[in-house]
Amino acid sequence: MADVSGWDWEIGTKTMPFDAWKADFAWVEEPYVSPDGERIAAVVNIDEAQFSVCVNGQAWETVFDKAWYLRFAPDGRLCVLVSEDGEWTVAVDGETWPERYGYVWNTLFSADGAHIAVAAQQDMQYAMALDGVMWENRFLNMTHYVLSEDGRHSAGTVQVKETGEADIARFQAGCFSAALDGEAWDSVFTNVWHLALSADGSRLAAEVRRGLYDYTIAVDGRPWDRSFSSVWHPIFHPVSGVVIAPVRLDGKWTLAADGEPIWTQRFVQAWHQQVSPDGRRLGAIVSPRYGYWTLAVDGNPWRTAVNEMLIDLRFSPDGRRLAAAAKHDGRWTLLVDDRLWDLRLDQIRPPVFSPDGRLVATVVETGGRFGLAVDGRLIPGTYEALWQPVFSPDGDRVLVRGIADGIYRRQVLTTAQLLA
Amino acid sequence: MHTIYEWVAGPLTWIAFLIFFGGLLYRLVRLVTLVRRKEPFIFTYMSLKYGLRSILHWSLPFGTVNWRLHPVLTIVTFAFHICLLAAPIFLMAHAILFKEAWGVGWPSLPDAVADGMTVVVIAGAIFFLVRRIVRPEVRFVTSASDYVLLAIVAAPFVTGFIAYHQFFAYRWMLVAHMVSGQIMLVAIPFTRLAHMLFAPLTRAYMGSEFGGVRRAIDW
Amino acid sequence: MAQPTQSEAKQIVDPGIEKGAAGLTEDRIQAVINHVIQNETGARLKVYVDTCVHCGLCSEACHYYLSHDKDPRYSPVGKVKQTLWEMLRRNGRVSVDFMRRAAEIAHTECNLCKRCAMYCPFGIDIAYLMLVVRRIVHLLGMTPQYIQDTAHSHAAVCNQMWVKPDEWPDTLQWQEEEARGEMPTLRIPLEKEGADIMYSVIGPEPKFQAQLIYQAAVIMNAAGADWTMPATAGWDNSDMAMFTGDNEVMGRIKRDHYETAARLRVKRIVMGECGHAFRSVYDVGNRWLGWRIPPIPIIHAIEFYHELITSGKIRVAKKFQTPVTIHDPCNVVRGGGLHHMARELAHALCEEVVEMYPNCEHNYCCCAGGGVINCGPPWKSKRIEGNRIKADQLADAKIRGAKVLIAPCHNCHSGLEDINHAYGLGMEIKFFGDILYEVMEKPEA
Repeated sequence: MADVSGWDWEIGTKTMPFDAWKADFAWVEEPYVSPDGERIAAVVNIDEAQFSVCVNGQAWETVFDKAWYLRFAPDGRLCVLVSEDGEWTVAVDGETWPERYGYVWNTLFSADGAHIAVAAQQDMQYAMALDGVMWENRFLNMTHYVLSEDGRHSAGTVQVKETGEADIARFQAGCFSAALDGEAWDSVFTNVWHLALSADGSRLAAEVRRGLYDYTIAVDGRPWDRSFSSVWHPIFHPVSGVVIAPVRLDGKWTLAADGEPIWTQRFVQAWHQQVSPDGRRLGAIVSPRYGYWTLAVDGNPWRTAVNEMLIDLRFSPDGRRLAAAAKHDGRWTLLVDDRLWDLRLDQIRPPVFSPDGRLVATVVETGGRFGLAVDGRLIPGTYEALWQPVFSPDGDRVLVRGIADGIYRRQVLTTAQLLA
Repeated sequence: MHTIYEWVAGPLTWIAFLIFFGGLLYRLVRLVTLVRRKEPFIFTYMSLKYGLRSILHWSLPFGTVNWRLHPVLTIVTFAFHICLLAAPIFLMAHAILFKEAWGVGWPSLPDAVADGMTVVVIAGAIFFLVRRIVRPEVRFVTSASDYVLLAIVAAPFVTGFIAYHQFFAYRWMLVAHMVSGQIMLVAIPFTRLAHMLFAPLTRAYMGSEFGGVRRAIDW
Repeated sequence: MAQPTQSEAKQIVDPGIEKGAAGLTEDRIQAVINHVIQNETGARLKVYVDTCVHCGLCSEACHYYLSHDKDPRYSPVGKVKQTLWEMLRRNGRVSVDFMRRAAEIAHTECNLCKRCAMYCPFGIDIAYLMLVVRRIVHLLGMTPQYIQDTAHSHAAVCNQMWVKPDEWPDTLQWQEEEARGEMPTLRIPLEKEGADIMYSVIGPEPKFQAQLIYQAAVIMNAAGADWTMPATAGWDNSDMAMFTGDNEVMGRIKRDHYETAARLRVKRIVMGECGHAFRSVYDVGNRWLGWRIPPIPIIHAIEFYHELITSGKIRVAKKFQTPVTIHDPCNVVRGGGLHHMARELAHALCEEVVEMYPNCEHNYCCCAGGGVINCGPPWKSKRIEGNRIKADQLADAKIRGAKVLIAPCHNCHSGLEDINHAYGLGMEIKFFGDILYEVMEKPEA
């Protein structure tokens, strides 16, 4: 997470016209806002096959044949994937990386935003490119890209052998592996999916399938001793370093660590497991009975269940509270500490806890307009676009970033003001 | 002779009905438990409205495309099943026996009507037998057990018919009639005759899936 | 008729089936069959087997049966007799040859179209029983080669056609550029979080039929839809793993599809004109994952186009003049009830619509779906022979004036193209999207 203490936390509003840009360009694409809210940007079209990025009303000087996937890094740098003369690269705050690629995609940022990685294809060979430097080893194909939290290590599922034309035996014998910083594991598998890097980026875990039926988790190329009829994305425990993954046993799901089930409970589904920031609690989205969804903490499912979907599980920073976006009877709301908000909405974003965990807020959509909801209450005022609220480090203030009536507003409010 | 009759009409009948009802209950409980244990999602999609809608269409002669495709079979099937159920239940002789044993009675059919219905059942059984032999698509999936089941169902009616008309060996035929009826009752829960219990359930499930999820008709 | 006319069918050798058969023992077969029967099936299988009275009334439902002069081996129940009944009767102890034949029956003689469920008086779901057989075949490693390869593609790159992760967004950007020749401000918005619609397609579209993406983009832009397409895995809604019995891979790719839509915060997924993908996303894949209904609503192209026309977001400039007929794909009609909308749409777009009979829920299958066409070239002529009845049906519609056949499903499209060619019908086959694109008012044309 980028350091937010240096941001402007003075109470007040800064504005920037946004809709007005449309007069200056052939078209303006969907806007993005910097984490600190100081800048609003969008890809703009100037003329046929001429694209640029407009930031706070000012277009970059560089013009590209194509530009897509505009995203702000956590440190506020603005990145976009661009094409010039049939080659692709990354442009950061208007400067392109000197390197050129056949194609780049899937931008990843380190937690502090200091490092940027993309998946890259060059001469039909695949590798990660970290801060412009492509792995020395290239592969036949690559999927499931990850960047470590510190941004110093990148990894992906890599294809190390040709599969051949409809050669099913060859495929099943194993053509895939995982590579960390370009170094593939010695072992090959039929499939390798969804990688996880340990906090320091030194260890790599992945879902693997040996043959068509035998699923398990491999850590640094070594599969767990035990296999399962299916597995989902592994994670590293941030404190102990143990690898935890959902596994399917006798048609039911549970969580396993280092190959052995750690929860006695069995679920119709269990996934999106997450360890609390203090490392003491393990939460997951589970289906306790067919068609119903709730959260389970350390194996114990909550009593409140919704009947359509649960996503975006989030622990509060102190690890004591837990929330997730919930869909029930076709409408979205938030499930917080085993209770549903009363609000029923068209759409909802992931929950955001205040640093002390006291408040939980998020952006909600209803009737085509966006608003802010805090602790189950809709805050007056609606927007055409609204980004996730950010709490100040002391939790007293909230940064609200939104567009209303064509004007972008960066507002800092006290939480008391907000709840008044 | 008399003791055999007493024994068959008394304890054996009791046992047969016990096995019949107990067996059906057992199959039903087993089914529900199995669904709960292995396929609980089925309950989620079961719909009273769509289940009944489907059952209703299939319970009407010519109420479905396939019934209309096979008019003779449809008439025979409906006549056979209606008579199969109604004749024994509303036969005066049966009603009297029940009244004597339980003190409860119900209106009964004139003997001539019941007799006619018996003939319908027997004729239906013959039709099914011939169909099984003659139609390639039926013969292909026919095994010995299919003939045995048909015989089990036909036997009480054949023996009942002979006994009623007292063509020969009346008392023996009466015993044979009772025994064959008991065999049928006992067989229903534990053979494919269990379709008596399961058919409405499978139909309701398919009707529910088609109506509730697939937004289509299933007839 | 004492003997079926085609009793001496040609022996087709499939490398996938043979690969599994090699080294297979009866012990292994028995273990796998009994594992599936005991651990993976439940009340449905038991009740279906215990309830079926062997009446044969399902026969007339099956296009294979009708196309093979009522050869009883092709009747739905006949296929169950030759597979599951035998397996159950012998307690799973069947020979390798038996399994070869079972693999052939389940994969190439049944499209899982569920028409027979509408003909069985008890509503026995024979398509489900054939899927149980396919599951056994999968666990024995005997799945036909081509469809197995497709399942591998799903597993490796999360799409049906081995499309690599860069080729996908690159193709979309290429089509976007092409379409700008026609509509200069046209966009295919990639990864636009919070759009109303995520548009998803099947693997063959970027691989071989990119013009369909082009057309969809024109339609979306002309309608002013707030839409997006993902640039990540999860863009492909197709699912051959569902048809090979590889339920684990099925669940995996459906999870990717739905979670991609959830990540993009869309209100609904609109999908192209594909039937089996609709079945997977709408009804099957979600269940394996524990989602009672699709967690994000899924709208088939028929529904979407219908909505665009009825709401006036797209207007018809001049109706399509050539008389058309409509093929009702099993997965969106028996599986989604879209036949009424399909007709309303056809009448809104075309001057003359000729019905072919039987239609709606009772329509004959294309004989390509259910993974049958995906079993590839070895089985092509068998597939075409197995659907003579469809050729008859089409010929009848043609006599009554239909020249264009609308088939709003990819597999139907390909399968009917083969029928059209093999039986010399001379019809032109189109998607609704083709016609809509042709007749619509284009704002910046």
